[in-house]
Amino acid sequence: MLEAILVMALGAVILGAALGYASVKFKVEGDPLVEKIDAILPQTQCGQCNYPGCKPYAEAIAKGEAEINQCPPGGEEGIRKLADLLGREVKSLSAEHGLEKPKSVALINEQTCIGCTLCIQACPVDAIIGAAKQMHVIVASQCTGCELCLPPCPVDCIAMVPIAETVESWKWKYPVFPLHTEKKAA
Amino acid sequence: MLSRLFNFNGGVKPAYNKEQSTGLPIAVPPAPTFLIIPLHQSIGGQPRPIVQTGDKVLKGQRIGEADGNVSSAVHASTSGTVIAVEMRRMPHSSGLSALCVVIEPDGRDEWIARQAFDYRSASPNAIRDYLRDMGVVGLGGAVFPSHLKINPGKRGKLDTLVINGAECEPFITCDDLLMRERPETIVRGIAIMRDMLSAGRVLIGVEDNKPIAIAAMQAAVQQLNETTIKVVAVPTRYPAGGAKQLIRVLTGIEVPHGQRSTDYGVQCFNVGTAYAIYEAIALGQPLISRIVTVAGNVRTARNYEVLFGTPMRDLVALCGPGADTDRLIMGGPMMGVGMPGDEVPIVKATNCVLVGSPTLFPPPPPEMPCIRCGECAKACPTDLQPFEMYWFSRAKIFGKAQEYHLFDCIECGCCAFVCPSRIPLVDYYRFAKSEIWAREKDKEAADQARQRHEFRQQREEREKAEKAAKLAAKTAAGREKAAAALADAAKPATTPEDEAKKAMIAAAMEKAKAQKAEAKNTENLTPEQQAEITAIEARRAEIREQAKPHLPHDD
Repeated sequence: MLEAILVMALGAVILGAALGYASVKFKVEGDPLVEKIDAILPQTQCGQCNYPGCKPYAEAIAKGEAEINQCPPGGEEGIRKLADLLGREVKSLSAEHGLEKPKSVALINEQTCIGCTLCIQACPVDAIIGAAKQMHVIVASQCTGCELCLPPCPVDCIAMVPIAETVESWKWKYPVFPLHTEKKAA
Repeated sequence: MLSRLFNFNGGVKPAYNKEQSTGLPIAVPPAPTFLIIPLHQSIGGQPRPIVQTGDKVLKGQRIGEADGNVSSAVHASTSGTVIAVEMRRMPHSSGLSALCVVIEPDGRDEWIARQAFDYRSASPNAIRDYLRDMGVVGLGGAVFPSHLKINPGKRGKLDTLVINGAECEPFITCDDLLMRERPETIVRGIAIMRDMLSAGRVLIGVEDNKPIAIAAMQAAVQQLNETTIKVVAVPTRYPAGGAKQLIRVLTGIEVPHGQRSTDYGVQCFNVGTAYAIYEAIALGQPLISRIVTVAGNVRTARNYEVLFGTPMRDLVALCGPGADTDRLIMGGPMMGVGMPGDEVPIVKATNCVLVGSPTLFPPPPPEMPCIRCGECAKACPTDLQPFEMYWFSRAKIFGKAQEYHLFDCIECGCCAFVCPSRIPLVDYYRFAKSEIWAREKDKEAADQARQRHEFRQQREEREKAEKAAKLAAKTAAGREKAAAALADAAKPATTPEDEAKKAMIAAAMEKAKAQKAEAKNTENLTPEQQAEITAIEARRAEIREQAKPHLPHDD
């Protein structure tokens, strides 16, 4: 009887020690769910979700404070992916946060730019190059199209230009077939 | 000596339709009225244009410079004047435009200075740079830059160099005719490649439905006394001309998923590429033309040696297209892609212009549901499960499609060929592949944006912290001083150091007082200075009087 209890107790101690060790050794820093949500978000850092960036929005979703349909750049597909990940219901994009738009990049009209540096301070990904009283330019390959540079511009010299499809970026379309309707002689 | 041949699974035997274009020798079409030369004709970066409108160019002059190493130069196909560097429609199923150099030929067809390249004394890197600048790319259809393949890989040398003359796709006979008419040049090119790759042996695989080409190649090999080169007839079965399939048939090596054939000591080139390499190395001629088959709904199907940039319309017109011609296909009926129009140019990838008509290629019958018969899996030459990839591509579950090795699919079309439900399987795979590529690109961009945003946040934090630290340091220094003074006042000086300090402070204060007392420059003035000051004061008073606002008198 006593032996059995001792054996079980010993087992419990060993397993407990192993678990304790594992919890220290394999401790996961940060919330892996936030990382997963953040990986789905488009990283435009546009703030249309009412959070100051994609990471804060991801944290809010993980905590259950935010809905999954507040990200217009992510679009319907982003919502679907978030719903899959979190086991929530797919919702349509919430209108108050904006509409899904074709991907664009910002372009500075060099004729009107006065070199005020306000857009540089607004850009969340440091994609604008320039200095005070020098013309600014946007590095198109790094622009996320967040439109955050538009409101601060005092001379409205920034425009959003949709990204044109090229031979390289062209995608094969989903196969669809026209329905052949037999034409009858009138 | 007869070597053993191996086999690949699957494959189909479509109607070959090759006889119609093999009857006539290769012809040179008349000079076109203008050439539209796209800058992007190979896999990799788009070459940068190095000519401008109005420039005179010579035949073989470089007009597009390779952009980075994974790219290939582009050359003027004939001498003439550049009339535009602009966006033109590409021979691509998208129908989109890309940057092209439009040349109006002057009719003289004047070459640039050509010089053979001594590859034997050049370093491997110099050879690769040379081939890149000569614009040599794989002419089997994939247009992969050849200089990247002239690389023996990790092992440093190659066991087997496989030369692909199988040409398995129906209608296409450009390699067949090239082997029949110019076997010696091909074999010389192969010998150069063998030397550059230090390959032990060379196997030229030709499908056994081309006996004349096989005989011609064998004769050339014998004549040049090349003992390490062997011409091997391989059984005719589509797609025996796929690189991995041909390697498997000739050597028995099955290159696993995600690995390169060079890891197994094998590299594969097309016969047309061997020909182009000979021209580039031995003659100093860049790649400016290729053999193109024109077949299908035409009166006389035939092969032409066509300058790149020739509009397809001009070439097809030579063959007498049927009145009911409704489309042009670049490539064969199995893997070819429909052209957006007939004005698009012939490019390095154009092995065949197939003229279509509703009778020759009737519109595809309606797609029926998949009945899970498994015929596609039996036909797949890459041992994939096409039905699985189809379901997942159709349902847009791309991750799953990728798990079934979608990217090992060579889009040969065997599965769609045998499908009893007539499902255009390859269209689904192409759709899924391009979606996956686009997503990967988006993901990369998002990762970069995340990184940059995080860095920016870090930088802002750091700047804030630095500012705060500076401010704190300033105020802390002030506070410390005050506190020290207070403490000094509270307790009488005890240590000699404090005494000394106090004395120093006292001395400094004394000095400051003395300076203050001395500093007034209005004391001890000379009479002249006094007079000057009075004069200045008087002037000031006068100005003040003048500057006084004149009050209106009328109120």
